[in-house]
Amino acid sequence: MTAEPLHRALGMTDDELEAVVDELGREPTHLELAMYSVMWSEHCSYKSSRSHLKRLPTEAPWVLVGPGEGAGVIDVGDGIAVAVRIESHNHPSAVEPYQGAATGVGGIIRDIFSMGARPIALMDPLRFGLLDDARTRYLFEGVVSGISGYGNAVGVPTIGGEAVFDECYQDNPLVNVFCLGVLPHERLVLARAEGVGNLAMLLGASTGRDGIGGASVLASAGFADADESKRPSVQVGDPFEEKKLIEACLELLDAGLAIGVQDLGAAGLSCAASETAAKTGAGMDVDVARVAKREPGMTPVEVLTSESQERMLAIVTPDNLDAVLALCERWEVRATVVGRVTDNARFRVYDGVFDALGVPGVNPAPPHGDAAQDVSSDREPIADVPIGSLGDGPLYHRPLAPPNDLHDKQSDDPARELAARFPDGTDCSSELLALLASPNIADKTWISRQYDHQLFLNTVVGPGRDASVLRLQETAGRALALAVDGKARFCALDPRTGARLAVLEAARNVACSGARPLALVNCLNFGNPEHTEVMWQFSEVIDGMAEACTALGLPVIGGNVSFYNESRGADIDPTPVVGVIGLIDNLNTRPAGTALTSGDQILVLGETRSELGGSEWATMHGLRNGVPPIADLDTARRLHELVAALVVEGVPSGIHDCADGGLAVTLCEMAIAGEAGFQVNIGGALSCFSESASRVVLSLAPDLKQAVLDRAAVAGVAALVIGEAAGTRLIAEEAFDVSLTDATTAWRDAIPSLMAAVVAH
Amino acid sequence: MTSRVGVVQFPGTNCELDVIQVVEQLGGTAEILFHSERSLGGVDAVVVPGGFAHGDYLRTGAIARFSPVMDAVARHAAEGGPVVGICNGFQVLCEAGLLPGALQKNVGLKFLCEDAVVRVETTDSALTNLTSIGQHLNIPINHFEGNYVCAPNLLDGLRAEDQVVLRYVDNPNGSLDNIAGICNAGRNVVGLMPHPERASDALLGSEDGLVLVQSILAACEERSATISAPR
Repeated sequence: MTAEPLHRALGMTDDELEAVVDELGREPTHLELAMYSVMWSEHCSYKSSRSHLKRLPTEAPWVLVGPGEGAGVIDVGDGIAVAVRIESHNHPSAVEPYQGAATGVGGIIRDIFSMGARPIALMDPLRFGLLDDARTRYLFEGVVSGISGYGNAVGVPTIGGEAVFDECYQDNPLVNVFCLGVLPHERLVLARAEGVGNLAMLLGASTGRDGIGGASVLASAGFADADESKRPSVQVGDPFEEKKLIEACLELLDAGLAIGVQDLGAAGLSCAASETAAKTGAGMDVDVARVAKREPGMTPVEVLTSESQERMLAIVTPDNLDAVLALCERWEVRATVVGRVTDNARFRVYDGVFDALGVPGVNPAPPHGDAAQDVSSDREPIADVPIGSLGDGPLYHRPLAPPNDLHDKQSDDPARELAARFPDGTDCSSELLALLASPNIADKTWISRQYDHQLFLNTVVGPGRDASVLRLQETAGRALALAVDGKARFCALDPRTGARLAVLEAARNVACSGARPLALVNCLNFGNPEHTEVMWQFSEVIDGMAEACTALGLPVIGGNVSFYNESRGADIDPTPVVGVIGLIDNLNTRPAGTALTSGDQILVLGETRSELGGSEWATMHGLRNGVPPIADLDTARRLHELVAALVVEGVPSGIHDCADGGLAVTLCEMAIAGEAGFQVNIGGALSCFSESASRVVLSLAPDLKQAVLDRAAVAGVAALVIGEAAGTRLIAEEAFDVSLTDATTAWRDAIPSLMAAVVAH
Repeated sequence: MTSRVGVVQFPGTNCELDVIQVVEQLGGTAEILFHSERSLGGVDAVVVPGGFAHGDYLRTGAIARFSPVMDAVARHAAEGGPVVGICNGFQVLCEAGLLPGALQKNVGLKFLCEDAVVRVETTDSALTNLTSIGQHLNIPINHFEGNYVCAPNLLDGLRAEDQVVLRYVDNPNGSLDNIAGICNAGRNVVGLMPHPERASDALLGSEDGLVLVQSILAACEERSATISAPR
């Protein structure tokens, strides 16, 4: 038996090794191979997805920075810009939920402040298996604690998110993290290493053995089960270190002391040092002796590929070195010169030459157990590669094909069986109560109360609503509405339509706050790209997303692709999650909430059809086939514009997007929020629970009803008065009749009861 | 004259800018007191704001109490100057011995960020001099360690000396005797878990915290009047 060749152990194919040999004209050293393996990993290089991603629209006049940088940046007026990014930390969270989620939060925050923006908001779209499973509860509890523990302590409020529970995520939870920062235009910086002789300084934590191979081993390969032997590949977070780093880096940029700063994320120092220089055509020399190490005996390979958290690379001029060191000392942030910008377009790594060559700075004290570094100026580099080649990974056009059973699944409409079991006139009160208690629909306060969602005094609307609303105090009265949504069950049935529906829902949620959508970021969670049907799903999702974004005039300003979400041999449902950023031009009063007001008329905008494929109700009955609802883009655009205008004018007293669980659930959520009952006529069970897209429910003072009907007619939006808010019972004629108390209890107690069994740690 | 409020900033503090904003909104001036300072620079009052001073490592406030600025804060308190600790600041003041008792993990062992209604129990403190007894205020809490505890004799003393400043109407965290805020015997040092600066604007959902911040400014004015008046 022969040992596995090194490149394969590092996650590289034979062809990829061949490409490295061609590039270098010789066999790579161990360190070079290790650097290529992480930089060319799926996670870092997007080698399977790049060819598709270019079909997304990315431009608009207000886009200042599009995809490809640390974060997307848009102009929001009054000289202020916002930086936005979304990322996944799925596999680390499956292996170690607390640290996986915590370091996901830490990583995305660094991406935001590396642009010169102060991070002011986080949102977390999460996916788990079913909560009746003990391991799922452990993962759920751990992920929420990790977000809470890190996000609260680092001082960035978590203002919203989503939690979805489905059996396809049983062993592979999805932990996506969205972060937004705010900056004056003039502070915008791009991580660029310019100017020969300028210095690259490593700021923050020391470099340890944590996270080695995180990008290539964990994020870019499937794993049989959550594999505890992979725990060493999960990093450990320290929010206190990160809080100091935020303050130090923003002060450095404010004082003009740094040319640029770059996060050390996936692939660690290899990626940060080579990327910053490659973008300007410069070169970079790095000396591993200059890196402060956490443990004795660390090899150059470990130093260059470590994913230790809370580290930034700052590019500074030699003249500013002393000022930078003083500022970092004040914040108790470690700072060492580890690299020097050259003009040779090569990335060279040395071990112990900088001191002898007189590069400013000094070797940090070695960790206990290591001898002091001996000094020599004539040592050969231990890696010497063309700097652009690291970031210029292979590009794969992977084969794609729809799954064989697609047609069978799509033609099996769950409405047929549901109609047979629940003919019109059937009392479906118990169906409604069961839906309200489904964790996908039930109250998520158990999660959101663990997150600081108010820091910085910006949060006008916090978690648990259609969109979160942040006032921008740096501007003259503007505000942002932010929503994150994903519709995986729809994508599983028809990925193109499902992607459209996710974009429409997020944009609709933003419209319900009175905002017009400005930009979108996406986090694309998929199965194994080596499976043809997964690549087909991916391609379809990109097309659907591109169509919806184009129709709504929404540029895609950034994103993240996470492949290999699979376990026990099954791929997850395709789960594109989108975050939409909307702008409210002038926020003087709080926008209407979701509450029904007793005495109001209830009006539905948009058409209800018998669309049950992928719905919460059908899934509750084990029916997972059919086709998703129609996603008509033109209708949606007209609806959003009408809704945003009505909210800005303060017309509805309550407003709520109609989504999971259909009209019945939407009305109940509004009743619970307003502590008011209702009496409506919305047809039988199939129309009560249909999830037709592009619908919004309004609670309206009676004298405003006719005006809204007229405006809807002019806008070409279907509108129907379905009843009124009154009393303490929730009544849909010929469909259900439950008490407000019972509905509230079912909705509010579901998740706390399921989680009560968990022993806190 | 305008009241000057010093807002202490430890590494890991995160509510300092929010407190400064609300002090200024109410006509006061506010400035950062970095933890390494040895002097308060002549401020009239000190606020130790919320956050995670020194990461809350070891125990909340356990490292912060040793910061140089805390000696100056203690001297200011001993001279009768107003000192208010909010949330993590309350924890720091307890660790520093400027207030009795301690704050341990919430019953339920979860972080809690939500609205809380507190009742004013005394108007004789640097935090509540503009309120009325029995007044209900809706002010958010945001903490993992807000469960106030102290020895039985200390609790008797707090009650006997009217040192309980705020009580929760519906106790969210298991605090002894529903305590949300207390003051020292001199009534110039106050600690509370809720965040008055977060209830500072109708747009954010509540303005009930303003009267508390306004009371701190009033305490500054009263003190400067007392000091400058001939004895």
